[in-house]
Amino acid sequence: MTTYEIVVGIECHVELKTKTKLFCGCAAEFSDDPNRRVCPVCLALPGALPVVNRQAIEYAVKAALALHCEVQPFSRFDRKNYYYPDLPGAYQITQMFHPIAKGGYVDIETTKGSRRIRLNRIHVEADAGKLLHASGGIGGAGGTLADDNRASTPLIEIVSEPDLRSAEEARVYGEKLRTILEYAGVSDVKMEQGSMRCDANVSVRPKGDPVLGTRAEIKNVNSFKALERAVNYEADRQIDLIEDGGSVVQETRGWDDEKGVSISMRLKENAHDYRYFPEPDLPPILLDPERIKGIGLTLPEMPEDRKSRWIKELNLPACDSEQIASSRFSAELFDRTVALGADPKTAANWIMGEWTRCVRVKGIGMETEPVKAEHLAALLGQVSAGKINNKQAKEVFEEMFDTGEAPEQIIQRKGMVQVSDTGALDAIVQQVLADHPKSVEDYRNGRTQAIGFLVGQVMKASKGQANPGLANQLLAAALEAMK
Amino acid sequence: MTITIETVQHIAHLAKLQLSETEMFRLADEMEKIVGFADKLSELDIEGVKPTTHAVAVQNVLRDDELKPSYDREKILQNAPERDAACFLVPKVVE
Ligand SMILES: [Zn+2]
Repeated sequence: MTTYEIVVGIECHVELKTKTKLFCGCAAEFSDDPNRRVCPVCLALPGALPVVNRQAIEYAVKAALALHCEVQPFSRFDRKNYYYPDLPGAYQITQMFHPIAKGGYVDIETTKGSRRIRLNRIHVEADAGKLLHASGGIGGAGGTLADDNRASTPLIEIVSEPDLRSAEEARVYGEKLRTILEYAGVSDVKMEQGSMRCDANVSVRPKGDPVLGTRAEIKNVNSFKALERAVNYEADRQIDLIEDGGSVVQETRGWDDEKGVSISMRLKENAHDYRYFPEPDLPPILLDPERIKGIGLTLPEMPEDRKSRWIKELNLPACDSEQIASSRFSAELFDRTVALGADPKTAANWIMGEWTRCVRVKGIGMETEPVKAEHLAALLGQVSAGKINNKQAKEVFEEMFDTGEAPEQIIQRKGMVQVSDTGALDAIVQQVLADHPKSVEDYRNGRTQAIGFLVGQVMKASKGQANPGLANQLLAAALEAMK
Repeated sequence: MTITIETVQHIAHLAKLQLSETEMFRLADEMEKIVGFADKLSELDIEGVKPTTHAVAVQNVLRDDELKPSYDREKILQNAPERDAACFLVPKVVE
């Protein structure tokens, strides 16, 4: 039986987070009120003249530098001609012949080890509008509604080489790309909301065969998990097809995540007939090395660099470093908390634990900085000084997360104190021992683990305010004395 | 260069135009004349001449990322052959 190899290349469209569109002053931000952010330029009406948004070019250069690409000293826009109702001008302004950046790479790490995925290019282009379904419409047959709010908002398209060899690699590549672009601060990079859209070109070939198989392009993938599933599905579909004596057709397929299948969208028969030509309304973009260098200086410390610094200088375990560096927001929170004097491993545990849990459960965007580093550092300080215990700290953390209040304030408001006063605790210990003769007897019969239950009872009786270490000590002493 | 009926059909298809047979023959003739006119250029020796993509040698015409008011929606939709309250209405598109 033939063993097959999966070959995947990914084209990723990323919305740049400029205030305005690529060629006009209309707001680029999402709006669900249709056609409110539209003007003759983004409608491509005859006579309207586009002017390139400087910020979009700078973001594109920044992304390119973060991805180790060669930024081109000369780039230019071209028209890609095709008719579709989401494209008001019947052409898309893109960069076919002279993209803003070439080459570059993304290093990924999977269960199979680390690999370098090469990039082919990055180009700047205008997004299309959105189509909605109408019930009434032309001839009563139902129609399609065009909303051009999104038309002409700025995108970069990041095209990888067909270097990915598994569905897992495709997912990890997508995740890594998101992390890097998030660090670069050029996009919201949210797959679910469409600010990052990955299309996968998938083909299979007998292992060892140097020739690439015919590929299908998979669209409508709305999460990285879905990307992994879609690539696996497509590879299996193609292998089945070949094994049954058929052949793969070059086509575009739409992924249906709910059903776990892809459906053919249209044959790419006219793929070669976009009749590209240089955009006459837009003069070329020239970038000198000084300017490019200047933009590069605005990049923050990138994930790989942070990871190795943490491992080397803070002795943070590699897996902790990997997890915290995977988002710019957790990385910055970590660095700032540690700079304020917190113990690195403790800070890491809190960020990977409570912080991540609260972000996930509450659905709060990390970028809104729900917990300030000053507050986290102060909270950890309260714990290490023995003012509150870990359980209380978790409660304070959640409150901090919800209200943005400082931990000292919350502790005071909730009347939280850790009872470390031996006298006060002793009374509770005596009461607990009197109330649970069975556990006392178990302990005396050698089942020393019964003390855990008794500590729990002391914590409960003290409304969680007892210092658990001290409670344990006092209980052990009292039980020994009773022997 | 000869423009065949197939070429006209292909271009009409890309431009989403429906043409009668008479129109196609007429267009083949007209297009051939236009292309023939442009073909004159190939009689010239342009060895070493860079392609001109822009008539004026300007570059880096950029604008700041500053919001400008968009057009009123009524104004945007006023020339639409068909519309609903907020959108352009076009024949149904099958995805
Ligand atoms: Zn506009």
